[in-house]
Amino acid sequence: MQKENLQNDDLNLKSLREFLKNFKDVPRAESNLITILHKIQEIYGYLDKTAIEEVATTISVPTSHIWGVATFYHYFKLKKPGKHIISVCLGTACYIKGAEEILRKLKEELNTDIGDVSPDGFFSLEEARCLGACSLAPVIMIDNKVYGNLTPQSVIQVIKEFKRKYKEQK
Amino acid sequence: MGKTITIYVDNKPYQVEDNQTIMQALDKIGYHIPRLCFHPKLSIEGACRVCIVEVEGQKNYVASCAYPVYDGMKIYTNSADLRRARRDIVELIVDNHPMDCHTCDRNGTCELQRLTYSMGIKNRHFVGERKRYEKDVSFVSVIRDPEKCILCGRCVRVCSEIQGVFNLTYAYRGFKTVVTTAFDMPMAESVCSACGQCVNVCPTAAFLEKNNTQELFEKLRDPNLVKVVQFAPSVRAAIGEAFGFPAGTPKEKETVAALRKLGFDYVFDTQLGADFTIMEEASELLYRLKNNGKLPMITSCSAAWMKFMEQFYPELIPNVSTCKSPMSMLGSLIKTYFAQKINVDPKKILSVAVMCCTAKKYEAARPELMLEGMRAVDIVITTRELAWMIKSAGIDFFNIEPEEFDDPLGISSGGGAIFGATGGVMESAIRTAYELYTGETLLNIEINSIRGMKGIKEGSVDFGDMRINVAVVHGLGNASKILELIKKHPEKYHFIEIMGCPGGCIGGGGQPYAGINSIPLDEDILMKRAEALYGIDRKKTIRRAHENPVVKRVYKEFLGEPLSEKAHKILHTHYQQKYPKGIIPKEMTLR
Repeated sequence: MQKENLQNDDLNLKSLREFLKNFKDVPRAESNLITILHKIQEIYGYLDKTAIEEVATTISVPTSHIWGVATFYHYFKLKKPGKHIISVCLGTACYIKGAEEILRKLKEELNTDIGDVSPDGFFSLEEARCLGACSLAPVIMIDNKVYGNLTPQSVIQVIKEFKRKYKEQK
Repeated sequence: MGKTITIYVDNKPYQVEDNQTIMQALDKIGYHIPRLCFHPKLSIEGACRVCIVEVEGQKNYVASCAYPVYDGMKIYTNSADLRRARRDIVELIVDNHPMDCHTCDRNGTCELQRLTYSMGIKNRHFVGERKRYEKDVSFVSVIRDPEKCILCGRCVRVCSEIQGVFNLTYAYRGFKTVVTTAFDMPMAESVCSACGQCVNVCPTAAFLEKNNTQELFEKLRDPNLVKVVQFAPSVRAAIGEAFGFPAGTPKEKETVAALRKLGFDYVFDTQLGADFTIMEEASELLYRLKNNGKLPMITSCSAAWMKFMEQFYPELIPNVSTCKSPMSMLGSLIKTYFAQKINVDPKKILSVAVMCCTAKKYEAARPELMLEGMRAVDIVITTRELAWMIKSAGIDFFNIEPEEFDDPLGISSGGGAIFGATGGVMESAIRTAYELYTGETLLNIEINSIRGMKGIKEGSVDFGDMRINVAVVHGLGNASKILELIKKHPEKYHFIEIMGCPGGCIGGGGQPYAGINSIPLDEDILMKRAEALYGIDRKKTIRRAHENPVVKRVYKEFLGEPLSEKAHKILHTHYQQKYPKGIIPKEMTLR
């Protein structure tokens, strides 16, 4: 269950408010809910609590109802994504070459789960079904770069190296 | 009236009306199909599939709660295959359930337990993964235990369709589906009004009141405390049901005797608190009428209504009476007037209230109701909790010798008794306000237009030269309907009574669970409980709050006049907006 506080007081609601004007006094406003939730994810990258509350008050749909819809569809992200996204390939080739063990190691190292964010907010962990780099299996992708021929040991090195380079650039 | 058609049930022909479901038709001709998610007051969910029957010509079994009858329909209710399918359905529900019946709060009152027994589930065919959740014990009134939940959705529907609170929702999907609040917030940080209707309608123990019985048993053993208890009108109208008495059997003096046997030193009557509420509220109404005050004035007795108002309708705070509830008024008098009377430090008084209500637990903990750092009511237990304590302490409630309330806070008027039924506060307030305003005694004191189970009731009374228009609503969904109306037409009424629960306090979230052949919130049972209170009223020689000698004495010795400075300090309070803000949907889907 989602227990973390999703609130972001500094959220800029300007473009959302502009968008919601289209739905304010229309009949059966809740039938537009999914469209609105897609827009929120487009603007903020996830369904922020402040944004959901803004929707609830603007179109007079109970917050619990929006929460029911938001949690039903896997497409909607309920947490702010990490700065960088790690996709672990679980396609056939990678799976045979031990992707499961790589995923387990990553979960342990980042202290998070698939679809979730590491506690420091740096990495999101996601699964992918074939990244088209089967010859390098098992692979992961960090943002748009593919890292191949991994072992449970080397994947940790990749993560550490990535973080080190990020710090240096800063 | 629909037209009459013929259906065949297990090959026997029956004449039934058209335009009803199979379940409705079968109920009337003596077949009680097993059911779980169905509730006659709520929309049809069709989620549990327990009520399936076989219909000739249909490929699959149909849910009888949702399927209409037609002429010539051939229904089989007990064929071998159907019985097996029904048993498997219940067994699959049970498989995802903790099965800790003998340590569960609903042991003996659980619908799933009864159903499992009547399906004849003797051994388990399926054992698989079971859902795991933490209990949500954040809230002082209602706790939530999703592991016990069987996803029938009655709580979700009562919360939205009857109460209009929309706090509960199904979230996530498939095996991970759970009944929760918006953002999975703890109940304490949700828009929950604490009414406890989810507890009433839950077939299992997924919702329960926060149990304070152990704490109370401990405190009752403390020799340094003076233990004082009060109990609400509706407790006496319903507690008998927990001991097998028929609904509507009043158990007033038996409850007094049982409380003494539990170890209380003084047993007082919340009905006296109600008499004080009437004195203050009637005076406040007349003050507002004479001084161009904010109208309509709305009652403030119902704890669930008050929390709901603060979160959903904070703009109406000026309309709400500043009177504390009867429980809090009497609790405050116990810690002040009574403490002085018996010459005891009020900190040494344990003030307990037995209420038909889960929201009263929230009310008693409100910081604004503290008196010099003390709570006016230290512990609130529900009717159910008291019934359990009586059983647990081995007190023979069935044969108990009736006893009288204690002096000085045990005498009440009939007006205080009827507080527990919807319309009672209004009726009682009119009895007193009429006399305060006109100087004459209202003779026809039983006001039938505001009695009964209709959701919104209206009436008017002539106060000599002035016509007072009143409205009475019960259930928070009905409250929203009338509040939306008065936001547009504030001049329509002078005085509105709002009770949070269906039927008023008699239908409170802390009342005994429905018995074996009954359903929660059954209107007949609510009517019988109300009739018990009207019966108590009829038998009283004093039926108007202002004629109560104790009320007169306390004003004379202690409070002065109604609305005096001292009365304001002890008997009144102020409300303020609370968060999160509740949202009333524009197109309400209330029933």
